[in-house]
Amino acid sequence: MVSVPNVDRAAVAPPPGPFRSRMKKRLGPDIDGYGFLLPATIVMVSLVVYPFCLAVWFSVSDAFVGEPASYVGLENFIYILTEDDIFIETIWNTLLFAFWSVLFKVVLGLSCALLLQRILKLRRFFRGSVLLPFVAPTALSTLGWWLILDPTYSHINWILANVWPFSYFGWGPYNFLGNPTLAMASVIFVNIWRGIPFFIITILAGLMAIPDHLYDAAEIDGASTWRKFYSITLPLLRPVLAIIILFSTIFTLGEFNIIYVLTRGGPMNSTHLFSTYSFTYGILNHEIALGAAVALFLFPILVVIVVFLLRMVRRDTSHEL
Amino acid sequence: MSSDTTTLTGSTGREVGVNKVPIWRRRKAAANYIALLPYVFFALFPFYIMGITSIKTDEEINNLGQSPFWATGIATEHYVYLANNTSFFNHWFVNTLIVTVAVTIISVSIGTLAAYALARLRFRGVEVFGVAVFITYLIPQTLLFIPLIDVINTIDEVVPIRDTYWSLILTYPTFLIPFVTWLLMGYFKTIPVEVEECAYLDGCSRLGALIRVVLPMAIPGIMCAILFSITLSWNELLYSLVFIQNETAKTISVGVITELIRGDIYYWGSLMAACFIGALPIIMIYGFFMDYFTSGLTAGAIK
Amino acid sequence: MAEIQLRDLWKYYDDVAAVRGINLDIEHNEFIALVGPSGCGKTTTLRMIAGLEDITAGDISVGDRIVNEVAPKDRDIAMVFQNYALYPHMSVFQNMSFGLKLRKTAKEEIERRVNLAAEILNIEELLERRPKQLSGGQRQRVAMGRAIVRDPQVFLFDEPLSNLDAKLRVQMRTEIKKIHQRVKTTVVYVTHDQVEAMTLADRIVVMNEGVIEQVGSPEEMYDAPETLFVAAFIGSPSMNFIPCRVEANNGGLSVRLSDDLTFPVPGDRNDRYGSCVGKEMLFGIRPEHITDKRPHTDPTHHDFTSDVIVLEPMGIDTMVFINIGETEITTRSRPRAVSQVGETMDFTIDMAHMHLIDPETEKVL
Ligand SMILES: Nc1ncnc2c1ncn2[C@@H]1O[C@H](COP(=O)(O)OP(=O)(O)OP(=O)(O)O)[C@@H](O)[C@H]1O
Ligand SMILES: [Mg+2]
Repeated sequence: MVSVPNVDRAAVAPPPGPFRSRMKKRLGPDIDGYGFLLPATIVMVSLVVYPFCLAVWFSVSDAFVGEPASYVGLENFIYILTEDDIFIETIWNTLLFAFWSVLFKVVLGLSCALLLQRILKLRRFFRGSVLLPFVAPTALSTLGWWLILDPTYSHINWILANVWPFSYFGWGPYNFLGNPTLAMASVIFVNIWRGIPFFIITILAGLMAIPDHLYDAAEIDGASTWRKFYSITLPLLRPVLAIIILFSTIFTLGEFNIIYVLTRGGPMNSTHLFSTYSFTYGILNHEIALGAAVALFLFPILVVIVVFLLRMVRRDTSHEL
Repeated sequence: MSSDTTTLTGSTGREVGVNKVPIWRRRKAAANYIALLPYVFFALFPFYIMGITSIKTDEEINNLGQSPFWATGIATEHYVYLANNTSFFNHWFVNTLIVTVAVTIISVSIGTLAAYALARLRFRGVEVFGVAVFITYLIPQTLLFIPLIDVINTIDEVVPIRDTYWSLILTYPTFLIPFVTWLLMGYFKTIPVEVEECAYLDGCSRLGALIRVVLPMAIPGIMCAILFSITLSWNELLYSLVFIQNETAKTISVGVITELIRGDIYYWGSLMAACFIGALPIIMIYGFFMDYFTSGLTAGAIK
Repeated sequence: MAEIQLRDLWKYYDDVAAVRGINLDIEHNEFIALVGPSGCGKTTTLRMIAGLEDITAGDISVGDRIVNEVAPKDRDIAMVFQNYALYPHMSVFQNMSFGLKLRKTAKEEIERRVNLAAEILNIEELLERRPKQLSGGQRQRVAMGRAIVRDPQVFLFDEPLSNLDAKLRVQMRTEIKKIHQRVKTTVVYVTHDQVEAMTLADRIVVMNEGVIEQVGSPEEMYDAPETLFVAAFIGSPSMNFIPCRVEANNGGLSVRLSDDLTFPVPGDRNDRYGSCVGKEMLFGIRPEHITDKRPHTDPTHHDFTSDVIVLEPMGIDTMVFINIGETEITTRSRPRAVSQVGETMDFTIDMAHMHLIDPETEKVL
């Protein structure tokens, strides 16, 4: 190093000593970043990571409320897969539930977003209304649906019986939540009701991001409305759609509130999802081990979706840079 | 949000710029409104039913021949019943409020710090932390509620939190912190680094720059994070259902579905009144701050 | 006293060396301009002086102390950024007083200083506005005001004028010069614009690929570049470079630029270029030193004729492009003396301003 006259090396303020600079070299210039992350890390490790590991442990043990657990290997998984018919049904229920819910949410959400984008007056009113199901407490609004679907008080049955032209056919009354097929349809229906806003908002944002001049150019080229939708809107919306479909799939697969309030998995276990069935095992029957095993079946699906999502989100951000 | 408004005014300007709107254009616009009505009707339907049912007398509710869509008068008996004969206002409402406020403060503070570090600071492993936040954001509560009972029981041996709202104050941040972090990361990234650096040169420490410069510039994001924390805490069901059995320690959602539904005879009037009142604070907040909600949801999902 | 010294300064971003061993002494109250092509490390150097970037090796001292480990807030340095970086949530007054407030300056003193700076910058009426309500030029002024009120030891500018339109840029340039004469401090000014560097700076530092090519006064940089890079970088339009051969003839030297074009080297440079006889070299000459033919008596002036290829009228002068050998070069003539494209034209070259560059070492001899 060149010796520097004029500079009094002793006068150097040395508080962040050599240790700090060595750490900086190794860990990057902003090592205080770890401090900022510390509270979040503590919470997430102790209340997410640790419980998750505990769930894995429970699933390979014979844990039962109030008794010491011991290791039993894959017995729980083997049990629910081979001897528990309800669980097999639950798998199908969950897939069915997620598939129809997400499908309808995409279609209805997209169509509603396209309409909302086109209106100019009363925008806030229309947007506010269609987004309301998303913010209202799910358990409480689902109770509203519960009344609407109640065999005796059902508003739908009342319409079928008393309002022309429906009364003409003599349909109903239906016991919506008492019949396995209708019950499944009902919970899917309410889940769609509750999930559409999420699609509307994100799709609207995606639509806003499509530059106007593309449509102007298409219009000059004489494209029809349908053609513009098909050739501009849909392709440019595809990344957004893919991401929200994956998000929504995760949330739909984990749905608990609607099922719990409307059917508690019934009738005859026909509407159980992983969440409610795990609740039944773990909380109602105190079979913690089986409850954990059931819930863990969500995990592989989750991993696949998260991998897809991460890839997309990454690509998206690299796009921005 | 800003891009939202610019596009808005942009297209408005274009449409309004035409002096005489051609008739076919007007018809098309009207068709849009008409096509939207079913969606609006669908979205608001249960809230309407809740509201209208809660102001009917029991007699009227049970009169099955009469149209259930309209009330002949306004009866307050169900609200009075809720106030006098249940813990709705005295306990559940208060508990929900306490939990919501506490959880929001905790989650937004912790999430803000984490988001700032992840969005701004350069240190080894920052990407790994970012991905970890994203993953924890997506882990459903279904996977965690059984072992969390165990965790709470363990903590309960030291500090009594079981069967109190403290167990909720402790556990709600697990789904809120990742959300807030994810949301605010996007906001912080939009703030020019130079402004913050200027603050350093002006004499701020790291925390000083965050509080005096970065946070004021991120107010829309912070607002959104606060609103979402409030909403999600207020609406939570599974954890409070599992962690709390004591009637006076319950939150609104749990209290309503476990205490107000008894036997085979449903007290629809009081049940709907409870649902309506329980949802009202959130709906009102939402009415005031709708724009923050929408921008946040977008940021959370897309950024 | 706020002299700045950079000693063997290195900066690595992971594996990329952005700054590679810089040595520089900046004197008290000196105005230094840092120029160089994009990505050469100007901003990085500036940010290291400010403390916004850690240094990989070497020392930086400001005043009498080494500041390597000193946090930016304790360095007493102000910086003006390209995008101004005003605090959007504060009024102009608050923007300017923020630094003083953090340093717990008395209220009256803050007012006094802000008002003084506002007066210098002519922004007194804007003090209550928010940055959003200001034009680009006004923001620029506020950004400088914010730096001035703090009366820092060192002022750093990172391309402060590049977001302004051409006219405003010229105006602000003059303004900055005036301000520096009034508010004496040490200034390090990064710019892309050579004219800015030439007009503002006491000394110019030319950087290239993380090293300093040359340091000197604007005149030195222009008249006596030391390397091919500096010769090419400083001046617009830039210097012409023509491959040449140095020849010895009856006691003097001459350069052969093409088969039929040879010019004698000025006699006082015979010693300097003596060792190059017979070698392939680069001949450098600025456009303004090849003009339309003018009457002359100076022994260093020589005439020649060439075909005009392209004309670029610039108003006061016209750039005439011609070929010498294989090389297209730029010359500078008075508009009325210029021939048409395709015609021949007579030129005068002033060999007193020639440069000879060794193509291997890229040094100017
Ligand atoms: N944060 C960073 N991470 C990695 N590399 C960087 C970073 N900042 C700068 N560099 C690299 O360091 C080199 C010097 O960058 P610097 O910004 O100092 O150039 P500059 O001279 O200011 O250029 P310009 O005139 O374009 O502003 C470049 O190669 C650049 O890519
Ligand atoms: Mg730069």
